[in-house]
Amino acid sequence: MKTRSLVSIDDLTTEEITRILSLAAEFEKNPIQDLLKGKVVATLFFEPSTRTRLSFESAVNKLGGRVIGFTDSASSSVTKGETLNDTIRTVNNYVDLIVMRHPIEGSARYASEISTVPVINAGDGANQHPTQTLLDLYSILKTQGTLDNLNICMVGDLKYGRTVHSLLMAMSRWKTSFNFVAPEELMMPDEYKLYLRNLGLSYYETADLNEVINMADIVYMTRVQRERFSDPMEYEKVKNAYVLYDHMLAETKPGMKILHPLPRVNEISTDVDSNSKAYYFEQALNGVFTRQAIICSLLGLK
Amino acid sequence: MKNINDPKQLLVSAIESGTVIDHIPASTLFKVIKILGLDRIKNQITFGTNLESKTDGKKAIIKIAGKFFEDDDINRIALVAPNAKLNIIRDYEVIEKRVVEVPDTITAIAKCMNPKCITNFEKVTTRFRVVSKKPVALKCQYCEKITDQERLEII
Repeated sequence: MKTRSLVSIDDLTTEEITRILSLAAEFEKNPIQDLLKGKVVATLFFEPSTRTRLSFESAVNKLGGRVIGFTDSASSSVTKGETLNDTIRTVNNYVDLIVMRHPIEGSARYASEISTVPVINAGDGANQHPTQTLLDLYSILKTQGTLDNLNICMVGDLKYGRTVHSLLMAMSRWKTSFNFVAPEELMMPDEYKLYLRNLGLSYYETADLNEVINMADIVYMTRVQRERFSDPMEYEKVKNAYVLYDHMLAETKPGMKILHPLPRVNEISTDVDSNSKAYYFEQALNGVFTRQAIICSLLGLK
Repeated sequence: MKNINDPKQLLVSAIESGTVIDHIPASTLFKVIKILGLDRIKNQITFGTNLESKTDGKKAIIKIAGKFFEDDDINRIALVAPNAKLNIIRDYEVIEKRVVEVPDTITAIAKCMNPKCITNFEKVTTRFRVVSKKPVALKCQYCEKITDQERLEII
């Protein structure tokens, strides 16, 4: 039961984060290695998430490991009424590591307590998705050369967005200033603002992206989802206010990069894709190196 | 028990030795009984409720003969009876007074208010870190959501 798992970004010390990021840089230089030869990794996806799963499977395959698992709960024994407890106790006999995505919050922590092999949380409902946060940090570090003294502009759904909350918590370990750009209904929750205030970190809130975009080192875009609005009229009013177009980037810092956890719908206009500041597809590639680093780190192979 | 209805007598009779838990809010008496497992022990127990209190409005009191609690056990009631006071009795004398303190972690007592939390789906012992003691706020070790005093439910 005392195996090391990754459930929440808060499980890691700043030194451990830094270590994983430098390991990721090593894997970027040399992604094909035989470190996982003879090892089997389970990808248990109780709800579908194609990008995250493929990224993990790519990471394992590049290191010579094998992957078994299921891609949604319809194809597992959950449909027969099996508990998570039983699934984990069974599967941990077959594999060296479990990667799990589950719609119920706290399921990953629970699995990590039961499992005899390390568990990586690939998203537990609206709660945590630490490998996303680590790959975001890696992308920021790689493009900015540092994690210190950066200006991060978060745009879109800041109320429900799990990725922005985790990234905020992680970046608050360094001297970061934040700009929050969101419609009234989707502003950053008070608990996170209070958290920053207690750390003495500055933030600024606005509904107008143009007001703050030129200060940013990183623009972190997220999707504004229709279903988040109690009033559909309200959605219609704001849906185009949080779309990034190429012409808005003219006066931004030369080294600024645009990140997005993907999938994108329309919040970044496709005319941005060819701008050198667009970084979201490279960010997805960084996810593979970061996950290689996390897996090897948990298995004590690096 | 009949003493409660007779104002001329002591409301709850004295015990020779054991523990008296006073200043329990009348509204949470039965939760306290449940948390301490008093409904499952063989000791002689008397209790009174809806008693007048100068400080607490309606209060309740429990007297348990021949029973002495460890701090860790008694602190479990702090969630529902934060102002409870204990009198330890030997030979009809109060030999020690104690107050309860909200512990740093809460195990197996409270229910997580998040309907999407794993503890509300599978048989998982709930565990919380106490992030605020007054008013009580508990952070679930699983879903990491906060359960506050208002939404606190005892299992």
